Amino acid sequence: MIEIRGLTKSFGDLHVLNNVSFDVNVGENLVVFGKSGTGKSVLLKCIVGLLKPDKGDVFVNGENVITFSTKKLNAFRKNLGFLFQGAALYDSMSVRENLEFPLKRNFNFSQEEVDKKVLKTLELVGLEEAVDKMPSELSGGMRKRIGLARSIITEPALMLYDEPTTGLDPITSKEISVLILNLQKKLKMTSIVVTHDLLCAEIISDRAIMLNEGKIVFEGTIEEMTNSQDKFLKNFFSHEIIND
Amino acid sequence: MKLPQIKHIKDPTTSDKLYSFFTNLSGLTIFNIEFFKQAFLPPYEIAQIKKHMIELGVKTFPIVSIMGFILGFVLSLQSYPVLERFGATDFLPSTVALSVIRELGPVLTAIIFAGRVSSGIGAELSSMRVTEQIDAMEVSAVNPFKYLVVTRVFATTMILPILTIYVIFIALAGGFLAVILFESMSLIYFKNAIIASITFGDFVPGIAKTFLFGYIVGVVGAYKGFTADGGTEGVGRASTTAVVMSSLLILISDMVLVKITVWLWPSIG
Ligand SMILES: Nc1ncnc2c1ncn2[C@@H]1O[C@H](COP(=O)(O)OP(=O)(O)OP(=O)(O)O)[C@@H](O)[C@H]1O
Ligand SMILES: [Mg+2]
Repeated sequence: MIEIRGLTKSFGDLHVLNNVSFDVNVGENLVVFGKSGTGKSVLLKCIVGLLKPDKGDVFVNGENVITFSTKKLNAFRKNLGFLFQGAALYDSMSVRENLEFPLKRNFNFSQEEVDKKVLKTLELVGLEEAVDKMPSELSGGMRKRIGLARSIITEPALMLYDEPTTGLDPITSKEISVLILNLQKKLKMTSIVVTHDLLCAEIISDRAIMLNEGKIVFEGTIEEMTNSQDKFLKNFFSHEIIND
Repeated sequence: MKLPQIKHIKDPTTSDKLYSFFTNLSGLTIFNIEFFKQAFLPPYEIAQIKKHMIELGVKTFPIVSIMGFILGFVLSLQSYPVLERFGATDFLPSTVALSVIRELGPVLTAIIFAGRVSSGIGAELSSMRVTEQIDAMEVSAVNPFKYLVVTRVFATTMILPILTIYVIFIALAGGFLAVILFESMSLIYFKNAIIASITFGDFVPGIAKTFLFGYIVGVVGAYKGFTADGGTEGVGRASTTAVVMSSLLILISDMVLVKITVWLWPSIG
């Protein structure tokens, strides 16, 4: 479904992504690991066209997103969900209005159907009671889950999650991971999930990649990754800091 | 739309300042062009425009009321002794009305409006920018420029003339109150004296320019907010620079417009 080829992105003299290439198959959950500041969020933003890469291509169903006209880009985005790292809830709107926004803007549902979808999606993230709250009244973890609800409410074919479980307690974190897995199973969603949460990754991932210093340093299953003898990977996943 | 990046330097030299001035100027120009490219294409977001107009009206109503009243009152209070010296106190109503309608009402209302609204729009949009809400809108296939900027600029452009007309009436009421401190003058006389001396030609240029002032307030606030970066610091910067820039542009364009009206219609000028 997605083929990323030679993606390169710098900000001034800060080289963030350096010739990154990988594929995501239809219906697959791909997990992206990487140290803080290596460019995982930048990678996701390049895929959806929020940032323009200096070089490289992003093919979605064979078409290059980088060269899309505004109209085509919007058509692609209507079928896409994006969970921002900071949730990016609209401050001036209540939780209900936040969730209604993508639905009402891009689809022609009746108000009744919209109400039903809002409640159903809130139930999925376990926050039915927050429906009439304002974002400023929510805790960090709640905001994250509302952000998740807002991005999956349209049941997009492609979901990009930027750290869906950071800031959540272990129980909620597991519930959200299972939810992501269920979305994949039931709706055949294709997902790219940026996370540091190994448990979450173990639950949801079909495959994982590791990003370091702008390059992909590993590609394979979680098991292969955690059992790897590579020094960087060992350091990443073990409890001690390994120096030598 | 590709806007030039404005760098924020801790201790700018003169050349840094000049550079950032021209970057701002070119950015604002590009922003204006984008506005006209998008403003007249559907969807029109009428509901949003209406919502913003009501919000802006409610927000600025108290302050412009007070300002308008004091403006008329002080103007009257100060003109009275001068006119009395020449035995011309009969001219007081028309003197006050002329200055309020032609110049002071429109400009002062616009400046107050800029202080209240330009900073508000700047702060609102910049905090949406730094918390990625604008990006979120974009990935929901909604055009944030249209939804956030165009609607606000339309709202400020249309609400300021209405506020100005209201301020003019309040200012005249203030002026009348000040007069009756000195001598007994009937409201009817005051009103008739104004009506007799003011022509339609006095009214039109004053109100017409408030459309431009309203546009300036909206567009500058939105430009500063939309292009903000640098976290919470950027939010503060966007709202203060928006006020300074829009007030300055209002005064400059007023000067130019007055000159143009005088040149085009010498009889009115
Ligand atoms: N708009 C931008 N302008 C300039 N630099 C940026 C911009 N966005 C990101 N960067 C830089 O790019 C690098 C990668 O940022 P990114 O947000 O992708 O990191 P990340 O891998 O998501 O980290 P984290 O796990 O902490 O979220 C950082 O050094 C950051 O400073
Ligand atoms: Mg990130």
